[in-house]
Amino acid sequence: MAHYTHVLRSVAVGATALALSSFSLMHAALAASTIKLGSVLSITGPASFLGDPEDKTLKMYVDKINAAGGVDGQKIELVVYDDGGDANKARTFATRLVEDDKVVAMIGGSTTGTTMAMIPVFEEAQIPFISFAGAVEIIDPVRKYVFKTPHTDKMACEKIFENIKARKFTKVAMISGTDGFGSSMRAQCLKVAPNYGVSIVAEETYGPRDSDMTAQLTKIKNTAGVEAVVNPGFGQGPAIVTRNYAQLGMSSTPLYQSHGVASKSFIELAGPAAEGVRLPAAALLVADKLPDNDPQKKVVTDYKKTYEDATKQPVSTFGGHAYDGLYILIDAMKRAKSTDPKKVRDEIETTKGFVGTGGIVTMSPTDHLGLDLSAFRMLEVKNGDWTLVQPGS
Amino acid sequence: MLNLLGRRSVILIVLAVMMAVLPLLFPSSYYFRVASLVWVSALAAIGLNILMGKAGQVSLGHAGFFGIGAYAVAIGPAHLGLNALLAVLVGALLSAVLAFLVGRPILRLKGHYLAIATLGLGVLVAMVITTESGWTGGPDGMPVPKLSLFGWRVSGSTTWYWITAGLLLIGTWFALNLDDTPTGRAFRALHDSEVAARTAGVHVERFKLQAFVIAAVYASVAGSALAMMNGFVNPDQAGFLHSVELVTMVVLGGLGSIVGSIVGAAVLVVLPQLLTVFQDYEHFLLGLIIIVSMIFMRDGMVPMLAKLARRARS
Repeated sequence: MAHYTHVLRSVAVGATALALSSFSLMHAALAASTIKLGSVLSITGPASFLGDPEDKTLKMYVDKINAAGGVDGQKIELVVYDDGGDANKARTFATRLVEDDKVVAMIGGSTTGTTMAMIPVFEEAQIPFISFAGAVEIIDPVRKYVFKTPHTDKMACEKIFENIKARKFTKVAMISGTDGFGSSMRAQCLKVAPNYGVSIVAEETYGPRDSDMTAQLTKIKNTAGVEAVVNPGFGQGPAIVTRNYAQLGMSSTPLYQSHGVASKSFIELAGPAAEGVRLPAAALLVADKLPDNDPQKKVVTDYKKTYEDATKQPVSTFGGHAYDGLYILIDAMKRAKSTDPKKVRDEIETTKGFVGTGGIVTMSPTDHLGLDLSAFRMLEVKNGDWTLVQPGS
Repeated sequence: MLNLLGRRSVILIVLAVMMAVLPLLFPSSYYFRVASLVWVSALAAIGLNILMGKAGQVSLGHAGFFGIGAYAVAIGPAHLGLNALLAVLVGALLSAVLAFLVGRPILRLKGHYLAIATLGLGVLVAMVITTESGWTGGPDGMPVPKLSLFGWRVSGSTTWYWITAGLLLIGTWFALNLDDTPTGRAFRALHDSEVAARTAGVHVERFKLQAFVIAAVYASVAGSALAMMNGFVNPDQAGFLHSVELVTMVVLGGLGSIVGSIVGAAVLVVLPQLLTVFQDYEHFLLGLIIIVSMIFMRDGMVPMLAKLARRARS
């Protein structure tokens, strides 16, 4: 009797082997006349606020492009995998896209963590990879096959300090979140502050789940000579900082938030305390308020309308990053008149004057982002809504 | 024939043959990658099973040790100039020492209290990794230098398949043998009844600690292997969700069953890959499968199948 058990155990193990091998059948080869693009996004999990609009945007526009006849007569086939925000899963899916799905290009990677984990796969396979994640490490140092569409946290810092400099402030306090976004942006801000003659006179941090920042803000309040406060962070933290800031009666000192909270929900969370808060954000957020001669006006209003009509949800800059990535890639394929990954890569690098939702993109062999500070608009919350800050004020 | 070889050898041989045959069925290196992930997760799960299934102690913070192993091979070579293999040992040693020091007080706790204490340990490790960004790269993680052995740069999914397969074989062999040693018997006594074990002269505290240290070393080595295979680490690997995933592998496969841990790991690694064809329903189905299998196979997959087989025979 005993050895029957063992045979059965072996059968159980064998079944696993079968399961492993059977998924080759599920991915039968597809017609050769399609262009296969891959994407790995954090559609579920803690970063779903990034991945979800990106996923919707990609699918929506790929359908649109296909309905209009595809790229040079070839239809696009988009393969999307959900990594749930897990870098290890992202890495596995990246391998799957390259080895199994045989994609010719990759657009996606919602977070810096998942993007960094996937980079080695695409670099090794020599397949162009356009990421939608924020941090500057993705493109600095420049990697031959890796590009990205969103502004970097470094640029957000520069935009904030540029505005602070224009207002002739020099002494700044910082209160940063300790999450990935906050700590990365904090480091970048500390690095670029001296370039704008700004000295950081006080520095505080808070955890991503803290529910009260009064203690840290009181310390800043008691520091002599603080002329402005900068809060690198995202999620609910900055909203709490903003509320505590008003409660402590600090509103006479200008408060700068980051592009990380550039969405309507920040104003809702922070309530009246948000009045007067400034932050750098993409043009998409103020699409309706842009002057008609703004070069981005048409692109951002079109995208906003298409997205909101299709999903019945308010547009976010994250979906915009996906839009930019997809069209930079499609344009490059059209210019290359080929889907050969190497030729497409070369053409992505020569992208010039591409008008996207994130700004005007001009790439070069030393710049795989291609945005300058003009991509950011300085906004101020007035009467519960975003308004454009006039340059120099 | 089976009786002649003994239970352990049969399991090991079946496992080894399967490891050798599987690559013949793999159409691309993506399959090697998935299989390697199964081997690595199984290694960590087997370690945890020694603690949970054999010695009857729970750990909800086991990914902490996984993280220590993973970061050891990242930080060791990058900041301290350590050889990568030495870093694996340093990681394992660190995990063992931490398990030993922390295990002494917390293994005196029982049930929910022990679960919370181990959970706290795991969360602490993840927090240290996240905040010490000067060393660990913070929440975004850091790259791991490629392993090089005597001038040979270890890379590629196929190579890692064989390395992880080898590690799992060694881990399985050790765990299976442990069963028939005085330590293994002491673990089982502990599992069944702590009071009875103590009465029978088993040094309860010492054996609990031993199981905890062994489990920590397994997790640490698995963490190192995964980190080197990925060439990248981030704090998720030490996080609470990963701890839960490891516990799920052990429970799903069957508490106390070494083969069960391998099956549990295989199910949890392969299933999400299979379910991607269902797109939006992927997570729903994954949850459903796990719930249903826990309802109908309460002892875990492997022990339940074994029981069914026995019933069919008699």
